[in-house]
This record gives sequence, C-alpha cells and structure tokens, in this order.
Amino acid sequence: MPDDFSQRYWDAAREGRLLIQRCTACGRPQFYPRRHCRHCLAADPEWVEAAGGGELHAFTVVRWTPDAAFAGEVPYVFALVDLDEGVRITCNVLDADVDTLSCGQRVTVVMRDVDGWALPCVTTTERSP
Amino acid sequence: MTSPWSGEAAIVGAYESPRRKAPGMHPYALHAEVIRGALADAGLELGDVDGFCTVASMPPEGGRDMDLIEIAEYVGIRPRWFDSTDIGGAAFVSHAGHAALAIHAGLCEVVVVSYAAAGRSWPLPYEDLPSSPYGPGQWEVPYGPWTVASYALAARRHMDVYGTTAEHLAAVAVQCRANAAGNEHAMYRDPIAVDDVLASPCIAEPLHKLDCCVVSDSGGAFVMTSRRRAERLSGGRPVYVLGAGEALGQVHMNQMPDLTRTVAAQSGRDALERAGLGIDEIDCAQIYDSFTYTVLVTLESLGFCAAGEGGPFVASGAIAPDGRLPINTDGGGLSSNHPGRRGALAVIEGVRQLRGDSPGVQLDGARTCLVHGTGGFLSATATVVLGV
Repeated sequence: MPDDFSQRYWDAAREGRLLIQRCTACGRPQFYPRRHCRHCLAADPEWVEAAGGGELHAFTVVRWTPDAAFAGEVPYVFALVDLDEGVRITCNVLDADVDTLSCGQRVTVVMRDVDGWALPCVTTTERSP
Repeated sequence: MTSPWSGEAAIVGAYESPRRKAPGMHPYALHAEVIRGALADAGLELGDVDGFCTVASMPPEGGRDMDLIEIAEYVGIRPRWFDSTDIGGAAFVSHAGHAALAIHAGLCEVVVVSYAAAGRSWPLPYEDLPSSPYGPGQWEVPYGPWTVASYALAARRHMDVYGTTAEHLAAVAVQCRANAAGNEHAMYRDPIAVDDVLASPCIAEPLHKLDCCVVSDSGGAFVMTSRRRAERLSGGRPVYVLGAGEALGQVHMNQMPDLTRTVAAQSGRDALERAGLGIDEIDCAQIYDSFTYTVLVTLESLGFCAAGEGGPFVASGAIAPDGRLPINTDGGGLSSNHPGRRGALAVIEGVRQLRGDSPGVQLDGARTCLVHGTGGFLSATATVVLGV
C-alpha cells in the first residue's frame, strides 16, 4: 500500500520500471526500499532502476490459503527472486508451468495489473529485447 | 564458559491443559486453568507468585497491546517482575531464560510463565500475514504469503540445494505421530506412514497437510523459582535451567539471508555454552515443530547434524526414542497440541521428560533436554537447556 515514501516506487512500477536502491555512502544495493541504508545507516539511498533480469531463488506452489483475498488465485507461485543487481525480492511467478520450475532458473520482471496498480512479478518466458 | 546463573533457577511446576477443543472458552479462562494446575504441581499458591510472563497479542489469544496487564488482572497476579517478549512461538522459551536471570538477580522469587489460545474455536478474526500491508509489508504481503507458504518456500530451497526429499520431511511427522500414540490427550494418535503424509492434501508445495501442526484450543503454564527455594519445596522434583539463548532473524522472507539455516545457530550455541555443555551431552530435545521442515532445519542449525544432512538424519531413526536424539516425546505440535504458539508446551514436555512422567514416550535416564522454539516465519528462536 503506497505511502508518501513509497509512492515513487509504485508510480515507476506503473510505468513498467522496477526501482531498487543503492547507498550513496557505501555503494551497496538494498531491497526493500527504506529511507536509510540497512548496511551502514546512511540516509537517503538513491533509487536505481533494475534491468529486470534475475534468478529464481526459491518458490512454492500454493494450493490452498485461508486468505479470502487469495483463495481465488490458487494455485499461485509465491517466490523469491535474486535480481542481477544483487538484491532479493518477493514476487509471484506468472504464466509458469509450475511442474517445470526450479531454483536458479532465469526469470524476467513483468508488471501485473491488480485493481489499477502495477505489481512487480516475474515470468519464466523469454522477453524479446 | 558456564554462566554464573546456570542451574540457579529451576522449573518446579508444569501443567499442560488436557483440552484440545474448548468451544466457548475465552483464552484467559484457559490461562487461569493452567496456572492453577502448574501452581498445584509446584505446591505453591497464587500469593507466592511475584513474577509473570505471558503474551497474547495474536487474535486467537484474546489480547492486544496490553495483554500482559490484562491477563495479570484477569488471573489475579500482581508481579514485581514481568516479561512479555513477543517473538512468535519461541516467546515462552525466551521467557524461561529471562525468568532464570531475573530469579538469579533477586528481582523476584516465583515466576509463572503462561500461554493459552483458542486456535480452533474462539471467534476472532485472524489474518495470517507476516506484517501490515503498510510499511515494509507492502513488498511482501501483496504476493500472498501466509505461514505455510513461507515455510514451504524455505523447504523447497532446502530440497533444491541439498537434495532433501518429501519423504525426509514426512519422516518427522511419522515419528511425532508414533510418539503421540501413548499420549491420551494428544489430538491425533493413530499411526501414520510416510505414504500417508505424501497422500494428504498438498497445502503449499512441498508441504502437505500432515507436514503441518495441528490446530487446537489449549494452553500450558510452568512455575520457576530459585534453586534454594526449589530444594525446600515438599513435592519438588526441580528441573534446572542450565542455559538459555535467543536470536532474531527477520519477519519478511525477502530479508532471510539463507532459507536453509535459522538463527537457532546462535541461540543454540549460546544456550549450550552458558550451560557449559557440549551438544553430545544432550540426551533428548523438544524441537518446535510447526512444520516438518521447521524440525529439519532446526536440527541442522543447532548442530545435531551437518548442514544439508537433516533429511538423512531424521529418516535414519536418529530422532526416534532409541535414536541418537529422541525428540518431541509427547507427539509435539505435529500430533499432540499446537494452539498457535507452542513454545510453552515444549518446555513443559522437557520438564515432564526429565522428571520421568512424559505422557507420550518416557525415555530411560534422560538427564538433559534441549528445548527449542522457532517463532513467526523462521523469524526468531529461543533455546533453553534443562537438566536434573
């Protein structure tokens, strides 16, 4: 749910861009976004755009959930992806043949339209350059 | 080096509610019931209690931000020392360690640690989410996390990295069920086989329904006091707190550095070092079993087997009553009792086991028991080492 700080992230997502952060003091990347660097506590890390490539770090095919908001979504893939920039994001894997997924597989960031806002997710399908 | 407070506090009373379903009972009524049972077991009275630990911030526990005060008010305890550390199911294991220190420091003399929840029946709304969808949660909650999914994510990673199988995970559920067979209060007692676990409905791959703990209405309490007072109690069979440790990990899965290792590596090492014991000197263990994977990753993280060896370790019979490390001798959360945060019940079974009155499987001559809690989404851990 966007707030004053995160509005920029969600606005960029609506434009098809995934933003992560990089510390201007120690140079290290981080996710999720914060107003400080979690490595060195320096203020105001800069926003940088991720290229959109990454590896599937872990995933589960959710077959049942008590959450009414997601009951209509099952089966869905709840996953962690390591972006090439060196940060790990939570996401869903879309359009996947769930029986062929494996950790380490290459994935590409795609935006999913959810009630008018864009939710960064990934797909295993090759995206043409 | 052994800590100066090692063995200076003892658990002198323990009581687990025989209830598994308690429709219509507010969780606070369960608190009063189990505190009465634990004090009776200790040979102490409400007026003796000057320390109190509990937490009830989850909806099935009936409380909110002032839960500690409200339960003390409801039960009738006026403590001069208290603790309400809120780290998921590990909380009450953490409280045992804190209470041992407080008793040693002379801040209080008789501490009650109490837990109750109506996970099945109490009609309170419950959202199974790691955090608020505002703030840090906005980068995880929109993707459909819930407890089973988050543990499944880690289990799947362990399988990919180490070749762990669904059969390995199932071996934990099979052993807990076998241990529950003799426990008349256990929620499920009929034996199961690995194939039964694999044939039960898949909730979130690779976790099946029988890889998950039961959901009960229940509670438990234990009473701690100083070594001196413990030795003066008439019916006393004191079980000493030899060491304790705790550690924080993360709430969001995207912040967990290694899904195949929990912060049990720290809490376990600290607890053993403070107890002055090596891991080979542990006779048995009560290992938090929210899910089969929780046990497997915890055994590795504590050092009972090497990283990646948890699957073969549990499948080899090492966790059986005649194995290297018998665990969850009452049937654990997987078969006996799990109202939502089991840590207190694991401590109670550790105490019963060392006193020789386990309701499940009583071992011969166990002198030390490691009790380990894992809270939240592999989020935090607490370990205590008990001895007689």
